[in-house]
Amino acid sequence: MGVMLEVQNLNKKFGDIKAVDDLSFTVNEGDVYGFLGQNGAGKSTTIRMLLTLIRPDSGTIKVFGKNLSEQRNEVLRQTGAVVERPDLYKYLSAYDNLSIFAKMSGVKVTRKLIMDQLDMVGLADRSTSKAKTFSQGMKQRLGIAVALVHNPRLIILDEPTNGLDPQGIADMRSLIGNLSNEMGKTVIVSSHLLNEIEQVASRMIIINKGRKIAEGVVAEMLDPAHTIVQLGTTDNVKALSLLLDKFPDFHASLVEDTIMLEMSKSDIPKLISTLSLTGVEILSVQPRHSLENYFLSLTNAENHVEPAAN
Amino acid sequence: MWSLLQIELYKISKRPRTFIAFIAIAAIVFIFQFAFKADGESYMNLMLQSVNDTFEIDKSKAINGYFMCYIILNTLLIQVPILVALVAGDAISGEANMGTLRLLLTKPVSRTQIILVKFLASFIYTVTLLIWMAITALFISLFIFGADDMIIFRVKGDESQILQITQDDIMWRYLAAFCYAAIALTVIAALAMLLSVYAENSIGPIIATVSIVIVCTVISNISVPIIDKNVKPWLFTSYLVGWKGFFYIATNQDGEPIKGSIENWGAIRNSLYILLAHIFILLGITIAVFKRKDILT
Repeated sequence: MGVMLEVQNLNKKFGDIKAVDDLSFTVNEGDVYGFLGQNGAGKSTTIRMLLTLIRPDSGTIKVFGKNLSEQRNEVLRQTGAVVERPDLYKYLSAYDNLSIFAKMSGVKVTRKLIMDQLDMVGLADRSTSKAKTFSQGMKQRLGIAVALVHNPRLIILDEPTNGLDPQGIADMRSLIGNLSNEMGKTVIVSSHLLNEIEQVASRMIIINKGRKIAEGVVAEMLDPAHTIVQLGTTDNVKALSLLLDKFPDFHASLVEDTIMLEMSKSDIPKLISTLSLTGVEILSVQPRHSLENYFLSLTNAENHVEPAAN
Repeated sequence: MWSLLQIELYKISKRPRTFIAFIAIAAIVFIFQFAFKADGESYMNLMLQSVNDTFEIDKSKAINGYFMCYIILNTLLIQVPILVALVAGDAISGEANMGTLRLLLTKPVSRTQIILVKFLASFIYTVTLLIWMAITALFISLFIFGADDMIIFRVKGDESQILQITQDDIMWRYLAAFCYAAIALTVIAALAMLLSVYAENSIGPIIATVSIVIVCTVISNISVPIIDKNVKPWLFTSYLVGWKGFFYIATNQDGEPIKGSIENWGAIRNSLYILLAHIFILLGITIAVFKRKDILT
């Protein structure tokens, strides 16, 4: 299976805020790749950089082996996307909206093509209705039709279930499954809900504050034996370098004042003894029970409100 | 590019606000025509008050279709920038406001192409608006008031002038004047589009464009030597009414008008150069800014 998307050392700052911090990941052909993180974690910024809506400060993005910054149009010709809300021209009909974006994607537009596409998303009988009369779910479906009309190889869906009712969410999951299993498309789906990613994605990345926390096969990452360890030492930079050298199988990164390690629980004693032998003093070791708990702890920390001091 | 332009024109044609300008122009022209049909002679008496003793003018012939169009353009071409800004100011900011900008920019079309196509569409809209003005103000006025020689009043320095142009020497002047006005109004479109790139709703750039035009027009009309010398020559508003130059006919030594002539073609040519320079500079800045812009909406 070939590499569809390769992101290396991507960085983006807005003023003093690092929205994306040295982010690297790879998406293979045929993957449904989950992009998981809290609101404000940097998911949308990353996705917008993948679609050239935002210019990275540094780093490289290769899609289908092509450098995005150099071969933008070739890449976008084979990419379909729905970024956040599926906003369309409200004063135009579903048919007109789809025709316009199909033409812009370089497709030879025929009535049959447009009607088939509208039929696929269940909007054929509303083809002449203006987009402003559509519900959120219908807009989302029309947005999907726009993303797929030029038969792209890579489909990027940013929070595709936002604002949908339970039936709409179920339909969206089913559509994503079909895109991958039956049509052989590569799909990147972002969400702030682990449960959402768990149900549709084969591989995933978790990001927090613009940095990668973990990446891998979803089933393996959600295995209870799989642990995220938060490690605090007197010299984190030295410790991180040491860990990357001694334990190449661990996924280690520095997040603020803590080293984040994605590893098996049984390797924790080996980790402590190795660091002790090299003279790095350990201040704290906090194993999380599972990736799910870890992700929930991130979310809870964000949502937790400190009681007012008396 | 042609396909993109067709899409852009289709979008403009489907927006109700596009037609506000056409309705406004038709309404203003109709009011003028009605007023002059009802009581045009009073206006002529007022205009000719100072020269009534010197010249003898047949007022009923003076109020003809050509004269009406000149009077209407004199008033209307000052207001039209607002109407142009309505569409050009919405070009990018309207897409940002609707959220369609990010969808547009995920398509395999370069940002430069998008700006050029939107600019071309704004230009075509401006030209269409002027053609509409020509139909309503010139051809319908000719139908209502008939054709004859055209008399125009001009204030040159401290003196008032009356210029007479024979009717077989008028039509090309109107054609040239409308072409000039198209270029002048395209400067407004280019300015509105530049401001549109910075905004996320269309009200801001429309108001900002109109404000800039008002401020620059005021400066253009201030008579202070230092401004006259250093500022006015570079302000586009100093040239917005340059179309009138096509009606300032040259005269021979006896003071007789020379058919087919223009008094100061050099001034018109320089005005055109400055307006075109404004268009290219504003468009260049718009492309440069838009190419670097992060789409966060």
